Amino acid sequence: MDGSATTSAIDKDTRRAIEDFIVDYAHMIDDDRLEEWPDYFTEKCTYRIINRENFVRERVVGVMECSSRGMLEDRIKALREANVFEPHWYRHILSGTRIKGRNGDLFQVETSFTVIRTLQEGDMSVFSAGKYVDEIIVEGGKPLFQKRVVVCDSNRIHTLIVIPI
Amino acid sequence: MTQTETAQISWPDDGYSRIPYGVYTDPSVYDDEQQRIFRGEVWSFVGLAQEIPEMGDYRTTYIGDTPVIVVRDGDDGVQVMVNRCAHRGNLVCVAKEGRADELTCVYHNWRYDLQGNLKNVAFGKGVGKKGGMPDDFDPANHGLQKLRTDIYVGLVFATFSETVVPLADYLVDEMRENMDRVLGRDMVVLGTYSQYMPNNWKLYMENVRDSYHASILHMFQATFRMNRLSMKGGIKLSDNGWHHISHSAADSDSEEQQYNSKTLLSVKDGYLLADPSLVDRWREFDCGTTLAIQSIYPNFVVQQIYNSIALRLCLPRGPEECELMWWILGSADDSDEQHDARVRQSNMVGPGGLISMEDGVVGGWIQRGSKRDRNKTTIVEMGGTDVASSEDSRTTEVSIRGFWKAYRELMGV
Repeated sequence: MDGSATTSAIDKDTRRAIEDFIVDYAHMIDDDRLEEWPDYFTEKCTYRIINRENFVRERVVGVMECSSRGMLEDRIKALREANVFEPHWYRHILSGTRIKGRNGDLFQVETSFTVIRTLQEGDMSVFSAGKYVDEIIVEGGKPLFQKRVVVCDSNRIHTLIVIPI
Repeated sequence: MTQTETAQISWPDDGYSRIPYGVYTDPSVYDDEQQRIFRGEVWSFVGLAQEIPEMGDYRTTYIGDTPVIVVRDGDDGVQVMVNRCAHRGNLVCVAKEGRADELTCVYHNWRYDLQGNLKNVAFGKGVGKKGGMPDDFDPANHGLQKLRTDIYVGLVFATFSETVVPLADYLVDEMRENMDRVLGRDMVVLGTYSQYMPNNWKLYMENVRDSYHASILHMFQATFRMNRLSMKGGIKLSDNGWHHISHSAADSDSEEQQYNSKTLLSVKDGYLLADPSLVDRWREFDCGTTLAIQSIYPNFVVQQIYNSIALRLCLPRGPEECELMWWILGSADDSDEQHDARVRQSNMVGPGGLISMEDGVVGGWIQRGSKRDRNKTTIVEMGGTDVASSEDSRTTEVSIRGFWKAYRELMGV
């Protein structure tokens, strides 16, 4: 069995904090509070969006790659001030968060997601589905992503990706 | 006014500076292109030889919208064949990639060798002396359709044409020179992905050749006060105008030239970035070239933007859709530091690229804006109406005109 064997020892408060944290992140993006996005990460961090085909080959180049909180901030500043795109919104549907392992304060966590994209004229589509492969550090009861790899099932991105998943 | 035989689309001048919108939407134009361009006198990129290193390794892709198999059939040999069983037209290879001793159609077990020769027909002799193929059925006449195939600097190309010039001649000296420079060494694939766009394939290929829009549509560099790539450079066209390179190089006395080629430059521009390591780079090429976007007609692109090296293939997916396949590359000789810099620079390109994402959306907007007016035209007149290299300016649409020169020649319109 792959999965939860190691997690029975995790106390309920920590588990709850991690699960809430993952849900809060999705609401932050869907509510367009993107300036808060970097606050979910440690100062040095990895945020990567990559497709399944490349992830299983242990390749590292995907369609978005940030290695510091500053780089996350730059992404959002670019989205707000520089990049040109048609206004659109995401709705994240999360399911099946499981804590796969821990190493001290660092937890390996996976969560499935679906992102539905709605364009301004009303077109809706499944923009992406896949899973988050996270390393979450919990200090003083407060979780932060040290690493969040967004593994998309499809190789395709439709049109463009500017809002993080 | 001239009109095409099939599509009734008017080309209002004899040159290449007025493009009727109908060519981006008309289904019969799309069908003609498959025949006259993608099955015509061109070489099409189908993948990297290194993606199929061992005998029997194959990948499936498309030339235009025709499915093809690219297979390693020997130590040096790569074979490209139409992915369609001679029997009933079924796909012979369904997987995107794999390894096989022979190619077998799952429908009725017709088996082909790696050269596409038909070796066996299941129950070809019938069962219990009943049924089976007629005696005059000759398997030698019913192999997979083989295409002319050739490889240049690890890039596999194929063509349906028996008459097009050899690949090396098709690419011409100037185009090969740039490919040698960027790709003529041990390259590794760092990542692959695709970008599906709601526009005709030609709108994307025009965008690739459009050096005029770069600093206008893509606001990232201006927003963060970075030096623009377009400051110094020009456009090289092949003599026939079909292929292009848009290039720029650093000034000889600029900071680009002053840093050691082995160490990363923390650029001073981009100082408004919270983390300027996003644009750390090193001088990879002795010539000082900082940017070279090269297109090989009809739909292949070789990209060098600082140390971001990529290949792009724009596949038509119907009159109003296309799919851009990306290969992001590094060199096998990269140090860890250089590898990491390439990974960070990958943020600049692709569907999430800070200086490229807009290219994925603008084609769809043109498609929507122009759809109803098939005989109205675009204006492609920046830098004149001719088709010739522009060595000192990139404020020109000359390479777009080169695209349409090739188009009209191949399409006979």
